[in-house]
Amino acid sequence: MPFDIRAIRRDFPILQTTVRGKPLVYLDNAATSQTPQCVIDALTHYYAQSNANIHRGLHYLAEQATLAYEETRKRVATFIGARSSREVIFTRNATEALNLVAQSYGRATLQPGDEILLTEMEHHSNLIPWQLIAKERGAVLRFIPVVATGALDLSRIDTLIGPRTKIVAFTMLSNVMGTITPVRELIQRAHAVGAVAVIDAAQGAAHRPLSVAEFDCDFLAFSAHKMCGPTGVGILYGKAEHLEQMPPFLGGGEMIHTVELTHSTWAEIPHKFEAGTPNIADVIAFRVALDYLATIGMDKIWAHEEQLTRYAAQRLAAMKKVTIYGPGLEDLRDAVIAFNVKGIHPHDVSQALDFEGVAIRAGHHCCQPLMRRLGVAATNRASIAFYNTFEEIDLFISALERTQQFFGVAS
Amino acid sequence: MNGLDELYRDVILDHFKSPRGKGILHDATIIAEGKNPLCGDELTLYVTLDGERIVQLRWDGHGCALCMASASMLAESMTQQPLDTVQHMAQAVLDMMHGAALPTHLRMGDIEVMEGVKKFPVRIKCVLLPWTTLQEGMKHHDAHTAQHVSFSY
Repeated sequence: MPFDIRAIRRDFPILQTTVRGKPLVYLDNAATSQTPQCVIDALTHYYAQSNANIHRGLHYLAEQATLAYEETRKRVATFIGARSSREVIFTRNATEALNLVAQSYGRATLQPGDEILLTEMEHHSNLIPWQLIAKERGAVLRFIPVVATGALDLSRIDTLIGPRTKIVAFTMLSNVMGTITPVRELIQRAHAVGAVAVIDAAQGAAHRPLSVAEFDCDFLAFSAHKMCGPTGVGILYGKAEHLEQMPPFLGGGEMIHTVELTHSTWAEIPHKFEAGTPNIADVIAFRVALDYLATIGMDKIWAHEEQLTRYAAQRLAAMKKVTIYGPGLEDLRDAVIAFNVKGIHPHDVSQALDFEGVAIRAGHHCCQPLMRRLGVAATNRASIAFYNTFEEIDLFISALERTQQFFGVAS
Repeated sequence: MNGLDELYRDVILDHFKSPRGKGILHDATIIAEGKNPLCGDELTLYVTLDGERIVQLRWDGHGCALCMASASMLAESMTQQPLDTVQHMAQAVLDMMHGAALPTHLRMGDIEVMEGVKKFPVRIKCVLLPWTTLQEGMKHHDAHTAQHVSFSY
């Protein structure tokens, strides 16, 4: 199927709307993506025609809801190339998925003095869970440094990874700079010392085809709402051999086998990790989002975004008094561009762009350590999705030029 | 730009581009640092007192246009004010940003144009940072010793 941007844009009702009298130019996709009509319809259809609690009822609706919920699990497994849907756990978001690994796998395996290797560019969601469990278990956090081009500095990796390293956790794609990390190389390095590799794919899964089988990662976390799905659904992929050994994360209904007053036994995976009534409607609608992305093709999505990102970076770089952080124009960068305009605070920039209908993000992007590394308090961030157009990049750039004029720092 | 000048009024832009009272006082009686780690606004107020009156107030820092303009307005309106008036003025600005009218008996200076910012809730803290920093500085004020106060908003 050819990549028809006009047809794709018609699938998203919000892209037809105006903001403050201007057509919406949505460039905050790294925060959350927009939702196609088919996913909205799936939500409505679920509540109108098949709402029931799953895995318990013996009536028709419960059966239908359970089937649809488990169908999404199979669909996710196919989408990420997992061997079995037993390796797919639904959580609230990628953050909860990463906390699950830290609290369950981390608590059960870490010994005092063990090391957890992270990078300096992690989102707080792949940093704080490790800080918490490291403190509790007496483990040590170590960090792969980030260089000026936004890449990881692997020159001293041999001094950072060793026999004490038990967990290596890192992002596939920086949510600030768009840096693509050497995923396979880092996973191999982790396995070479007997550590597990945990991938934060919250950004990566939305933009590039990925296969957990090919990566051979131990855990991988991402969120539905960054890939055209509803909010409130996260996914944790874990190798079955780990998940089977791990203690439960949360206790309650659904995750048990037998319950006595003083002790219990656990359900099989993945249910052992899904306590309580899950987010049934949003999980069911997420299957439609994955079908939608697959119909367009992740390879075509990546190709379009790559061109758009390159174009946006070139336009920004051509502006005077604009600094882009992270990869250079010739380097690989995926969908995310952090930048600052000299003399104008990011909050003023994004506020001014909002008056022009252009939505970007300003702030520390849940990456305070990376901000310190870059020597800034905050940046602007424009982030691209496959439904964005070259015309929208032009609108963004001309709004940015008017912002410079307004604040008296014209280029 | 469409609507932008309603938020960033000319008076605000003027204070942002030509800040009043910016600088450092080496003989300050009170030094108060305030910062908002979420957005990176940071400023330090330097105040010299003569008894119960502000003789001089300077400020230094960096941040968004609203925060910087607000600090400039504060510096302009506070010099030579008695301390009890200073307290009332700072409180009046806090109240204004949360919906109250400015009291008519106080000469508040340009800060009244910031009232429009309350329509943009995430920006209210930008306007208030200089004023809450001053309040913190005054709270720990002891007439006999120089004070250095830091706080995070």
